[in-house]
Amino acid sequence: MSELRIRGVRDLPREELFAPGHGLCAGCTAGTVVRHLLKVTGRNTVIVNATGCVEVSTTMYPYTSWRVPWIHVAFENAAAVASGIDAAFRVLARKGLVDPSREIKIVVLAGDGGTYDIGLQSLSGMLERGHKVMYVLYDNEAYMNTGIQRSGSTPLHSWTTTTPIGKVLRGKLQVKKPITDIVAAHRIPYVATANIAYPIDMDQKLARGLAVDGPSFIHILQPCPTGWRFDPRYGIKIGKLAIETAMWVNWEMMEGDFRVTTRVPRRKHVKHYLTLQGRFKGLTEEEIEEIQRHVDMEVERINRIVGEEVIGPLVE
Amino acid sequence: MSWRELPIGGMIVEPGNSIARKTGDWRVFRPIIDQDLCTRCLICWMYCPDGVIKVVDTPYRTSKGRVWSFTLEIDYDYCKGCGICAEECPVKAISMVEEVR
Amino acid sequence: METLESPIRQVRVVLNSNYAVAYAVRDVDVDVIATYPITPQTGVVEKLAEMIAEGELDAEMIHVESEHSALSAIIGASATGARVFTATASQGLEFMHEVLHIASGMRLPLVMSVATRAISAPINIWCDYSDLMNVRDSSWITFIASTAQEVYDTIIEAYMVAEDPRVLLPVIVAYDGFWMSHTYEPLYVVDDRSYVRSLVPRRDRVKLDPLKPVTMGSIVGPDWFYEIKYQQVEAMKEAYDIIRDRDRDVGKALGRWYEPVETYNIDDAEIAILTYGGIYGSLLESVDKLRAKGYRVGAIRLRLWRPFPVNELYKAVKGLSTLIVVDRAISYGASVAGPVALEVIATLHRMGAGLDVVNYVAGIGGRPITERDFEGMFELTLKLSRKARELGTLYWGVRGVSYE
Repeated sequence: MSELRIRGVRDLPREELFAPGHGLCAGCTAGTVVRHLLKVTGRNTVIVNATGCVEVSTTMYPYTSWRVPWIHVAFENAAAVASGIDAAFRVLARKGLVDPSREIKIVVLAGDGGTYDIGLQSLSGMLERGHKVMYVLYDNEAYMNTGIQRSGSTPLHSWTTTTPIGKVLRGKLQVKKPITDIVAAHRIPYVATANIAYPIDMDQKLARGLAVDGPSFIHILQPCPTGWRFDPRYGIKIGKLAIETAMWVNWEMMEGDFRVTTRVPRRKHVKHYLTLQGRFKGLTEEEIEEIQRHVDMEVERINRIVGEEVIGPLVE
Repeated sequence: MSWRELPIGGMIVEPGNSIARKTGDWRVFRPIIDQDLCTRCLICWMYCPDGVIKVVDTPYRTSKGRVWSFTLEIDYDYCKGCGICAEECPVKAISMVEEVR
Repeated sequence: METLESPIRQVRVVLNSNYAVAYAVRDVDVDVIATYPITPQTGVVEKLAEMIAEGELDAEMIHVESEHSALSAIIGASATGARVFTATASQGLEFMHEVLHIASGMRLPLVMSVATRAISAPINIWCDYSDLMNVRDSSWITFIASTAQEVYDTIIEAYMVAEDPRVLLPVIVAYDGFWMSHTYEPLYVVDDRSYVRSLVPRRDRVKLDPLKPVTMGSIVGPDWFYEIKYQQVEAMKEAYDIIRDRDRDVGKALGRWYEPVETYNIDDAEIAILTYGGIYGSLLESVDKLRAKGYRVGAIRLRLWRPFPVNELYKAVKGLSTLIVVDRAISYGASVAGPVALEVIATLHRMGAGLDVVNYVAGIGGRPITERDFEGMFELTLKLSRKARELGTLYWGVRGVSYE
């Protein structure tokens, strides 16, 4: 399949395959993710959605916002369902029951809850079997749909309803699980991280993921005003700060070749990112420095892998 | 309406029928685009979570005589007033104005 | 090679019930099979893998990483319009439990075979029906077979029923783990597989297709959920008549005539013993022996478990004074622990029938049930007379448990 070429915003189709009228929060950048995803995939796509914010908010019976075929089965099995769809289209084409030239794309759309934790088993199975499915993970760093509970994706010291910041326990005690590294270890053709605040980079990666002959995985940071506690207008600004502080790194791995796609020549201190969000309110200086240290270690690791200082030093 | 009339298994057979839900009534603030200041960069269109900013092929002549071949219009039936467009507009052409009912 | 010249040519083979499943799945031209091993059904998917590898069957086999994913994968496949299959037992059936309800709720015509096995704990790989009974409320049409021939025929019938546009409910075909799954019996399989395919023609239904986008599996609130579930109630009800029609079609096509409730020597019987699955063969032997002793006794086999054959059961038992129901699973804490016995009692109560129902639970965890056990249960029932009914459930063959 040839890759859709996206150089800038004007390469994006105008058509909205994601209808308004859904119940996503005002300012929910997941809505932006879905709009872009469908612009890149086009109509010839089946979406397999895991239980979560997007699934619930966009298909409240009897209304659906989807203008492409869409299926939801359960929380942890979107990758398994997609595997079945992939196998079905293959054999139905062989048997002449579906026109083989149609090349219908299959995309899984799941949140961090349904991927990092409960969905990890079926994701791993799908990757191992090599199905031609693109798995898009929209990561808002907690179980948001059920009211902001901690997931394996929640960053260190973040408040959630199940990891409050209190006198004895200080938010989430573990670091964010490196899910994209786990996926990359499956040696699939294409793995990438992306950020909704950098939509052209994200769209290029979605296009690349769709074009490979095998599984692909795109991990998108998706700021959540309701769960991260910020005014809805700042969703993109906070996404940008995630990159500028290297709390988030945009990279891609194509057939094992790793490269950072958004360079950060001069890095900002994490406090610029953390203080804008209510979920980090009340952290001490030491805790903020602890977060900074983890970021510094990761930056060093990435620069070492690339062999170049793609993410620069702290300057402010 | 009887159980017989519903598609089986809870299927929704009309794609995109969520347009029947006018989420515009969620708004507290409404974004207003100053067509004179707008440079048609499409950044607001790119970021809108609800896809309510429409690229309309209506030409516009600014007060300074610049002619644009298209215009950005907001569909207020659905706009939830999140303010992302106003925040991200590089020329501050969008202002959030309190909704009056 | 012995052949049966029924309406079409059939070949006599010797297979265990697991392989009988595989032969039928091959003959209906399944598209997607999800495969995961668990004793005692593994033979089904092993045989299917062999058939695919040799080019006998053109199907995609998905080697899923768990049974939960097995059912999830075939839901996805079925939603695109493919004909699907999987097999499981016990812990596997339990692991996929939430997905069972989802499959029927989404009205997908899946077919699954279950080689019945006890549920842990303790872990036990041998036959009882606790796994099947535990999924009773999942809205899957359920057949319980008692011979390898019936397994083969019923798998074919399962696709005829499931894919009927008035039904569109998934179907389970269950049979005894080990007693049937691993023991060999002679049976007839159809020689010309295109004939079997003609019995189960491909039908159009709503599916995932970019040319006609639909949303499947949306969230439904209290305002509409009940009506959607009621559609399932009605589909189950309608399925009963459709099953009877398909029973007749199977009879005409393959020469074997099945009924939801089958009886033996029932016409002048005063007492009958009802059971299900492979042990029915032993029960028939016992009935012959008891008849020889002068007792007016008959045997009843339950073949269709869901939808429950209320009228057929009532017709079979209404002349009796006592019905002994031998169950192979325990509903702990229930008024009557045998799930089938409980259902039978409810049916008779509905119909206003006055006979006594005595419930035995036997064969738990693969403990054998032989002709002598059936004769023993019969004699104990006579001895205890009405006390047997009042006890609710008698647990047969437990060390340290006696009712005399």
